This record gives sequence, C-alpha cells and structure tokens, in this order.
Amino acid sequence: MRTTLRVNNTTHDLWVDSRLTLLDALRDVLDLTGTKKGCDQGACGACTVIIDGERVLSCLTLAAACEGQHIVTIEGLAKGGELHPMQAAFLHCDGFQCGYCTPGQILSAICAVQEVYAGVPSHVTRDVRQTVDAATLSDEEIRERMSGNLCRCAAYPNIVAAVRQVLSSEAHSEVEEPALSGVGRA
Amino acid sequence: MNAFTFQRPTGVADAASGMAARPGAMFLAGGTTLVDLMKVDVLTPDTVVDVRHLGLSSIDVSDDAIVIGATVTNSQLAWHPVVRDRFPVLSEAILSGATTQIRNMATVAGNILQRTRCPYFRDVHASCNRRQPGSGCDAIDGFNRGHAVLGVSEHCIATHPSDMCVALGVLDAVVHTVRADGSARAIPFAEFHRAPGNTPHLEVALEHAELITHLVIPQLPAARRSHYLKVRDRASYEFALASAAVVLDLDGDTIRAARLGLGGIATRPWRAHETEQFLIGRTASDQTFRDAAEIALTEAVGRAHNHFKIELAKRTVVRACAIARDLNI
Repeated sequence: MRTTLRVNNTTHDLWVDSRLTLLDALRDVLDLTGTKKGCDQGACGACTVIIDGERVLSCLTLAAACEGQHIVTIEGLAKGGELHPMQAAFLHCDGFQCGYCTPGQILSAICAVQEVYAGVPSHVTRDVRQTVDAATLSDEEIRERMSGNLCRCAAYPNIVAAVRQVLSSEAHSEVEEPALSGVGRA
Repeated sequence: MNAFTFQRPTGVADAASGMAARPGAMFLAGGTTLVDLMKVDVLTPDTVVDVRHLGLSSIDVSDDAIVIGATVTNSQLAWHPVVRDRFPVLSEAILSGATTQIRNMATVAGNILQRTRCPYFRDVHASCNRRQPGSGCDAIDGFNRGHAVLGVSEHCIATHPSDMCVALGVLDAVVHTVRADGSARAIPFAEFHRAPGNTPHLEVALEHAELITHLVIPQLPAARRSHYLKVRDRASYEFALASAAVVLDLDGDTIRAARLGLGGIATRPWRAHETEQFLIGRTASDQTFRDAAEIALTEAVGRAHNHFKIELAKRTVVRACAIARDLNI
C-alpha cells in the first residue's frame, strides 16, 4: 500500500506492506538505523521515537498508521553538527556503555524533561493533584519516568545524572513540537 | 504476522459499517495490544481498521460528568487536571500501569479491551480455552503464579491485566457504543467484562463491528478521597500481583459509603459489592478494613503457585483503605 512518512522534517512517499512496523520502516526502508530493535515486543524501549511531540514505541506502531504525523528520530536531534542538549548531557555524564539503548534513552529523556516542565505527575508523585517542580524533582521521579527504557549495561546512575543536568539547565525544550498535546484540554 | 488490509476511515458510521461485512476485521487504536498479539499470531485479523481519526479524542468536562472519547490516550486521561482533582484513583491507576511510551499510545477504549497477559494465551502452541475454545487450559496445572483467584472457572484462570479498569469499575463508568446498523447503546461498566465461566473466549459484551465511542464517568464528590494501590514484583513497569481501588465517603471516623475494586487477582475488573455494604456505618479503623478484606476474598480459589495472592490482596485492601482514610483533604 502507498503511504507517506514525515521523518525529521523530510517527507517520504513509500510503497509498504501493511504489516511493516514503523521501526522496520525507519531501519530497513529509510536507512535510519539509529533507532534500535531490542525486544521488538514493547518491553525494552530501545525503539523509542517521538511522534507529534510524544514518545512512543516504534516496534508496536504500524508504519501505515503514521501518515500525517511527524516522527523525530535520533538522527533528527543535532542541528548542523551541534548536539542536542540531551545528547551532550549523555556524553558529559557518560550515560551509556555499549550504546545500544542510548538513542531510545535520549529521545525518551527529552520528553520526560518536557513532561516535568509541564508539571504532570508520575506513579511516584505523592499527590497527583499537585504540579511537580523540576527544581526539586527526586531521583526516584526520574527513574520512574525513565522506566520504559531498559539498559542491559545498567548505566542507570549516569543516565539519571544526564537527565538531571538537562532538567537543571535552560535548554529543555528543543524538540519542535510541544509534548503533551492533549494535556489540559477541557 | 498474517497479511491484512489496512483501512483508515474518517467517520464513525464508515468504521462500523466497513467492519460489519468482514467477520475477520478488527479495530486498531494505539496498537499496544493488537500489534503485539498479531506479531505472535494470537490475533490474525484479515482487515485492520484504524479508529484514531474518527474525532473521538476529546475529554469534555461538566459538573455532572466527564465524557472521555474512545481514543483519548492513557496519558491524556491520567494527566488531565480535572481527572486528577476529582478522580485521583483513576489517575493513579493509569500512572501505575506500563510506561509513558505505552501510555502515550494506548487508548481508553483499547485499555478496556486489553487482553490477558496469561503466557499460555500468548503462546499459540499451548492449550487455551480463551484463545481456542475447547482446547483446555494449561494454566490450571501449569505455572500459575500470576493467575487469578477470583472469578475463575475450571476452563480459565487468566488474570485481567488492566489497572485503569479497576478504577473505572469503582467509578461506575458507562461505556457508549455504536453498532453496525447505526444504533447506539450504553453499557454499565459492571456488565462490560464477562467472567470466563464455560465460555472464556467471550470476554466482553460487544458484538462484532460494535465501536466504542466514549465513556462517561458520573460525578462522585466522594471520589476526591480515593486511592489506587498496586503491589507488584518490580517498582515500575510490571503488572499487578494485587491491587485495590478505594473510594471512601467519611463522616468523621464513620464510613458513610465506600467503593472497593480489586485488580491483579481476578478474571475481570473486580468490584467487591458485599464488602462495600459491610463498610457502611462502621468506624474507619484498620480492624474494620481487615474484616472487610476477609469478606472481599471469601470466595478466592488458589492454585499451586498463587495462594500467596489471597493474603497479599487482603493486605493490599487494608493498606489502600488506610491511605484513603488518612488523606488530608
């Protein structure tokens, strides 16, 4: 079937099998191999991409269902050779070992930071009525918000440090479209 | 994965009628259940109908109710300020499930149609009456540590996996649908999911091609004092071993009314009506909650590996009730 994928601001007209997942489309059709295939069943988070400002799993997303949406992958973050602040923070904090989960971790972390700045609660937020505050956010909150990204090398302490570094800086909102597009709609 | 035709209708009537002529068709929303189970050949639709472009993705708030579109995502619902304020039990239940990535994809209608995580259901080489009627149940004499103790039958002991549904149950949500002939109906949440009985493959009260359009949660002032407690093997990203959703309406130390739902231990989202009746008029003490928990689990049936869930569920009830009682509201 014919479909159109808009990835990192580039539109691709494609003939695809309806069974093709977004993950396989990115890697095998568009040669964007930065997005990684870990479990391929929604358990590990290595395939995380950002669609219309929200982090999702590309392995459980059909490519054909993405028409009209904007997909951001790890290849779309750096601007002209300048790393995204979250990429720089992962480097600075040594937030990886083998690196296989890192693209998914970074995309997930960017959205996690935006969600914190939007004030929305997580499972470990003591009172869901309250608005969380980036300045006082606990490590437990960061871990919970990043729990969808597994790291078999267990680089977790440094991943938490990288997220903390971006949370504490001014450079937290660098993805084109705002996350949480539906939040607060009443 | 079996081959299928992909359809993307833009109107509710088109979605339902397009599906009616194809008995092998299924609706697709977030895909977190359907695509997952298609990959392992447990679900083999010949047509997949994407319902995310039908205009069913808004949350409308009034003084009487909250109306939630079928394709509102779990994240949108959990993070909505009015849901957090009026129905904290619902936000908490949703946020305790899965991960942000999955909650950003999964929809409200998809969640209430979520399939069991029973490993024998997910393995096409195993016997499973739910997946293949009459084939038997490998869980009853197999590895059943995660399986249900309430609402079970000799044909199926699969646990209903949803946290959200336990909260929707205690909030008396109503599921609104449209059928292929265009007629609409409203299904009370308590009548939506079926216990397995002799027909475990019949899980919900929907007909083929019947489309969920929205859910309505009626206003319930007492729900401001509510809590969802989930107990599991890991701190995050794991299904419940036991969970409890509690709403307490207190007059000082006395319980005016209570609602109690249980998750992780039952074949369907579980509502403990007898226990709620018991609580009315009693003092909100830990002893009362323990007595209530005993009633809630009276009919529990344990198997080789899941007996521990019966006591675990009782303690979960006691703690959830105590937390709700002690909320500073």
